[in-house]
Amino acid sequence: MAIALERATGRKPRLLWHRETDLSGLDLIVIPGGFSFGDYLRAGAMAAHSPIMGAIRRHAARGGYVLGACNGFQILTEARFLPGALLRNASLRFLASDCHLRVERSDTAFTGHYQTGAVFRALLAHGEGSYFADGATLDRLEGEGLVAFRYTTADGRLAPAANRNGSARAIAGIFSPNLRVLGLMPHAEDLVDPVVGGTDGLPLFQGLAAALSA
Amino acid sequence: MKAIVRVMPKPGVFDPEGKAIGRALAHLGFTNLGEVRAGKIVEVELAASDPEAARRTAEAMAEQLLANTVIESFSVDIA
Repeated sequence: MAIALERATGRKPRLLWHRETDLSGLDLIVIPGGFSFGDYLRAGAMAAHSPIMGAIRRHAARGGYVLGACNGFQILTEARFLPGALLRNASLRFLASDCHLRVERSDTAFTGHYQTGAVFRALLAHGEGSYFADGATLDRLEGEGLVAFRYTTADGRLAPAANRNGSARAIAGIFSPNLRVLGLMPHAEDLVDPVVGGTDGLPLFQGLAAALSA
Repeated sequence: MKAIVRVMPKPGVFDPEGKAIGRALAHLGFTNLGEVRAGKIVEVELAASDPEAARRTAEAMAEQLLANTVIESFSVDIA
């Protein structure tokens, strides 16, 4: 994740410990993947209460940008920055493979360097990535244009085989109402260099960098 | 006092663990099973001496951390 951010911005990101509470001068807070607190109790449940989360909440309330990937998305839902929850994959298997994501809207800082409807490859690496929310919440997310990415086939169609963790409505990522907080389960940051097999994820970070320096 | 917090997935929340357990039970020969749901129990020793205060504390713990009330419900017993 740090490599992707540096590649897109030309600057090394500041690495913050979970007890840090001073986020002054920062435009974007990124909560990366991992296994915070060993995924004990529920993935992201305890990290959602780390001291830094209060500072991140204030940052978001001021209109700051937050990106949560994988465990970061789990933490954002546990901390109620975003609605819903991430459940155990429907297949019960840890998924470690490619997926394809369709960009649902390109008029956000995160997706501005993709076209709406564009499909790009990302990597799955999770055991609890099945997005769940009740019907009313799902309808609201869709009605308000807050679905960021959906799992699709390589040509952009919805299909059960393309949604291997069984996420509701094939939702892979969602925005906050002000479009400045994004949570997604797949790892776009793992495809930012030809040497690892592709740069499909780079536009997410380049778009962000462009939007934040405008 | 000991608070015993039982956390279960809410009805309507897909529970793949429960389903996998049900299949394993069927393989063991336990037939005619209905739904199987799996949850967790967290026991917390509390300094409180008043069971009602202990219950309120345990419920607050469950609301804030032990259960994710989007997808889980909980019950508290005090021993």
